[in-house]
Amino acid sequence: METVLELDSVVKRFDDHEVLSGVSLSLHRHEVVCLIGASGSGKSTLLRCANMLESVDGGRISLFGQSLLDQRIDPDLVRRHIAMVFQSFNLFPHLSVLDNILLGPVYALKRKRGDVRDEALELLERIGLRDRADDFPDRLSGGQQQRVAIVRSLAMQPSILLLDEVTSALDPTLVGEVLDLLRDLASTGTTMLIATHEMNFARDVAHQVAYLDQGVLVEQGTPEEIFNNPRHESTRAFLERVR
Amino acid sequence: MALAADADRSDAPANLFASRRHLFFVGRRGLVASVISSVLILGGIVAIFFVAPGGATVRYFFFNPHQMWLAFVGNPSKGISSVGAGLLTNIWMFLVSEVLVLVFGLAIAWTRMSQSPVLLPFRMLSTLYTDLFRGVPIIIVIFLVGFGLPGLNFGFVSNQSPAVYGCAALTITYSAYVAEVYRAGINSVPNGQLLAARSLGLTHAQIMRRVILPQAVRTVIPPLLNDFISLQKDTALVSTLGAIEAARAAQIAASTEFNFSGYVVAALLFLALTVPMTRFTDHLVAKDRRTRLAGA
Repeated sequence: METVLELDSVVKRFDDHEVLSGVSLSLHRHEVVCLIGASGSGKSTLLRCANMLESVDGGRISLFGQSLLDQRIDPDLVRRHIAMVFQSFNLFPHLSVLDNILLGPVYALKRKRGDVRDEALELLERIGLRDRADDFPDRLSGGQQQRVAIVRSLAMQPSILLLDEVTSALDPTLVGEVLDLLRDLASTGTTMLIATHEMNFARDVAHQVAYLDQGVLVEQGTPEEIFNNPRHESTRAFLERVR
Repeated sequence: MALAADADRSDAPANLFASRRHLFFVGRRGLVASVISSVLILGGIVAIFFVAPGGATVRYFFFNPHQMWLAFVGNPSKGISSVGAGLLTNIWMFLVSEVLVLVFGLAIAWTRMSQSPVLLPFRMLSTLYTDLFRGVPIIIVIFLVGFGLPGLNFGFVSNQSPAVYGCAALTITYSAYVAEVYRAGINSVPNGQLLAARSLGLTHAQIMRRVILPQAVRTVIPPLLNDFISLQKDTALVSTLGAIEAARAAQIAASTEFNFSGYVVAALLFLALTVPMTRFTDHLVAKDRRTRLAGA
């Protein structure tokens, strides 16, 4: 399978603190990789580095074989291929649901508003929020907002979707609808890198699970390998704690 | 044990009524109390003008109805300019300055927050500009512009009326203040908005135009109107250049008639302009607060 995103011994420091210490990971087309690990283990930083929202202090990141650390790379162009969804949704409060979704395709991709509008409404239809298209984000529940944020990313037709603990800010009763949408996306072959605390979800959906501990990728494997037979003591201890 | 501390207080308390003294301030009685206190306080202040030893003199020299009317309409044969007509000069000065300030202030803030390496010298200049003109007293800027530019003897630039130089000076100073107001508004937009917009692949200019500024403008309107209120008043300082506006006309009336009532007229006219603006600002703030609370 074609490698879409590849991280090779990526190092990231904030001042003296090393947040990522040589993390290597690759993501193939149609693959879902879940990043697990305690808060502060470097999951979010890893996603941000992949989306060029953070600079990198060492190693290599490449998208379809092109190094993203090359000086001539335009981060804005890279981000049009790698979409990101945030823990706190970050919908634009001054724009309607529909305009939130249209912003990227219309201004970054310079596509015709009418064309994108039809696609956006179709996407909203799929998540059952078509009748909320003209509402402002603050009229929606957290779960609805997060689903709109996911659709906003999908409207860019990205090669990869990065999801940063997208259910962590949600009321427990609203987590299910967001995870169902992600399951749906996984089943239709969306390439995703998901940082999550939802172990059951990771077990169901992921092709690969990677466990991060204090900036080190301790082990990586299929969900069966990681959840049933973890090879490292720290992985085992972490899974004990979250169970 | 500690958790059950209040369990033995389950018997009903005997009396929940407030004291009579407290009731005086509640409900309809509260209204009565507020009317009484207002009359006492305001009446007391007015009474000072009647009971003070110099009360009659002050009333004659500051609140003389005849003199107030004279100053308001003016009297060309005595060489007294109309304070009312002078106010029109103040009005057009601040209208012109406000529009210019809005444009220049934004331009300075935008430059200061730009990221392009090419704009580095402009970034430094705009920082210097805001530091400089927030620090220099406006009256000095007015003198420098109003006497400096004509002194250049440089055609168009040196042939303007004092009111035009006044506008220029007000614009120069207030653009520096307003640039900082814009900048604060831009900084008040949560970082997540920037990250989300960036992750959509929008360029810096697109992010500012489509995401950051529309949100910043909402928070910026009240402080912006606040600065405009002081700008309206500061148009009176242009009188130092010889422009015959309301304050200058009042001064002329005072020195011709040996009576200061014209100043009170000018003060009342300025109040008539700024008070509606102040009320409007408060109204906007309250409305914004309500919509935000409703949204939360």
